[in-house]
Amino acid sequence: MGSLQRQRRFGSLVVNGALLLIVLFWTVPTIGLFVSSFRSREAIQSSGWWNILPHRAFEIVGEPLDPDELGLDATGPMAIGGGETTFEEMREGYRAPDGRYYVWIGNRRNGRIEVQEQNWTVDWDFSLANYQQVLAGKDFEYTRADGTVEVIPGDDFVSAFLNSLAVAVPATVIPILVAAFAAYGFAWMRFPGRRLLFIIVVALLVVPLQLALVPILGDFRGLEINGTFLAMWLAHTGFGLPLATYLLFNYISGLPRETLESAFIDGASHFTVFRRLILPLSVPALASFAIFQFLWVWNDYLVALIFLGGNPESKVITQRLADIVGSRGNDWHLLTAGAFITMLLPLIVFFSLQRFFVRGLLAGSVKG
Amino acid sequence: MYWGFIFLRESAAPKWLIVLVAIVWGVGGVAALYWIFNWIVERMGDPWRARLQPFVFVGPAAAMLLWFLAIPVLRTFWLSLFGRDGPPRDWLNWSDLGGSFAALGERFVGLDNYVAVFTDRLMREAFRNNIMWIVFGATLTVIFGLLIAVLADRSRFERLGKSAIFLPMAISFVGAGVIWNFIYEVRPVDGQQIGLLNALVVAAGGNPQPFPAWTDIAPWNNLFLIVIVIWLQTGYAMVLFSAALKGIPADLMEAGRVDGANEVQIFFRIMVPYIMGTIITVSTTVVIFTLKIFDVVWVMTGGQFGTDVIATQFYRQSFTARNSGYGSAIAIVLLIAIVPVMIYNLRQFREQEAF
Repeated sequence: MGSLQRQRRFGSLVVNGALLLIVLFWTVPTIGLFVSSFRSREAIQSSGWWNILPHRAFEIVGEPLDPDELGLDATGPMAIGGGETTFEEMREGYRAPDGRYYVWIGNRRNGRIEVQEQNWTVDWDFSLANYQQVLAGKDFEYTRADGTVEVIPGDDFVSAFLNSLAVAVPATVIPILVAAFAAYGFAWMRFPGRRLLFIIVVALLVVPLQLALVPILGDFRGLEINGTFLAMWLAHTGFGLPLATYLLFNYISGLPRETLESAFIDGASHFTVFRRLILPLSVPALASFAIFQFLWVWNDYLVALIFLGGNPESKVITQRLADIVGSRGNDWHLLTAGAFITMLLPLIVFFSLQRFFVRGLLAGSVKG
Repeated sequence: MYWGFIFLRESAAPKWLIVLVAIVWGVGGVAALYWIFNWIVERMGDPWRARLQPFVFVGPAAAMLLWFLAIPVLRTFWLSLFGRDGPPRDWLNWSDLGGSFAALGERFVGLDNYVAVFTDRLMREAFRNNIMWIVFGATLTVIFGLLIAVLADRSRFERLGKSAIFLPMAISFVGAGVIWNFIYEVRPVDGQQIGLLNALVVAAGGNPQPFPAWTDIAPWNNLFLIVIVIWLQTGYAMVLFSAALKGIPADLMEAGRVDGANEVQIFFRIMVPYIMGTIITVSTTVVIFTLKIFDVVWVMTGGQFGTDVIATQFYRQSFTARNSGYGSAIAIVLLIAIVPVMIYNLRQFREQEAF
């Protein structure tokens, strides 16, 4: 029995160890971005974000040494720190056998020797400066090490964030409303073409939206709504409807028949039953799909690129981020903070409503 | 309604106000439309009300589905039979049918676009890359998802582990592109590397490499993009597998153990067969998803360095090169690749008899 127990314990060690390793691999990319977004522009550019962990780095110790006091002659070989070096070598920085770093500062005649020692250290210099710059959209001045001033424009993520809200909220609520009405109709009403229409819904579940982009863009141009929020709502409603209808139908058709029938006997109309009974009862299903659709619309790039592309005023946040990836790919202080701002709302929704989201995924696993 | 639209298009009000009005106008407008239509129908006499009310409920959804998905499939197919400018505008003239069809015939190219899709060098490269996406991306997503689900099922840290793996699902492709660009970032040899991957390469004694732009190892540079999507999607596979694993009766597994099966045998002989249905569902979903992959490639490389896929080619042909005929043919090919799944779904639906 003892050996079996040991085997069990070893097994659980392997399982937990493997899982922890995978989790580490999965979270490190996001942590790197998150940490970097709080580091200063120079720090991001000059050192890896993992320097926030304890590491050994060279630091200056004490006042610079005077070569004359040490009896060193810069024209020949010099003995320092247990080794021997020359002026040329020390000007680049000389790593002596005692583990210290000796750097000659100034000219050969009256220079000083700076001593650096390797110490354990952390780079914990965090600030919100990157966020201010990526949100406010102004120019920001930097003083380089040599004293010259450099002007770097920020970005205007506030308006992009608002645009994303203006697109995503209606593009989540409208398809749910439309789909809930349709699901009720399919589940509780009899009408010609009912079966055929629902087969179309099922068939359309996996149709790639690429098929629709060219013709719909033509329609929107004709209606002169290209580049408006209305165009985005319509497009996302159209593309999200098959899944929404399918999911909500499955849920609403499964609600107990007796509740509805007694309401009808009391003389309630379909509209009243839908509004007073069906909608409140379907909240779990509505919430599942709402999260699904909200994340999809908020994170969407392709649909926005095509139907909002021509209007810089209403660009959504993913477009804005993609723009700076393309044009300012080295401004990591903007990219890291900007990326985190785009992720902020989805992450909040995700963590607060994770249960509903999982339920939606489980119910909707037929979507392409 | 119209006034709302004009306000949103023309107004110089502060941004937050416009956004607020847009949300209220959009959501309220749709709800009001349903209410008004229903009100009209309910005023009607009895036979008409019963006949029309279903269409108040289902009609808008049906109209949207037809407008945005069903009919565009046919329209895209129609466009794919024509040259770069598509069929002539308003070509159908009832008083001069002969002339109309002659004008149409001038632009008609038949299946030429499809021949081009399958022979063009860039398209063949895109097909090759999409196959790589499926072979590596979809397969590894399913394998990792299953592996993590099994591990998490036996671990004390199940909730924590699953949340961590699942979290990337909330991140957009563009955001993921930034995250991974940062990991692949390269610095000159003499400076400190700020990208994690190159820092590891240098620490292991190698030379820093500009990863996604590695032309001399194309097509293998696609793997650096595929990793991103595996990272994003594994959470989805894991959640579905995890739920399926919980459905396996405990006594089934216990019986296997009593019979002396080791954990590996239990996995392959009991778990995998039991959740085969879920494996198929997840695999098809992930394959369809990788087939349509666009954002990651577009943001990371723009399809350069031999990383083009079908969807980026579609975008470039349709919207950059403005060759709508060719772009539409690509889209139709994409649809044809997905038709088997559609047929499978319809067959499943018919078998359920839920209707």
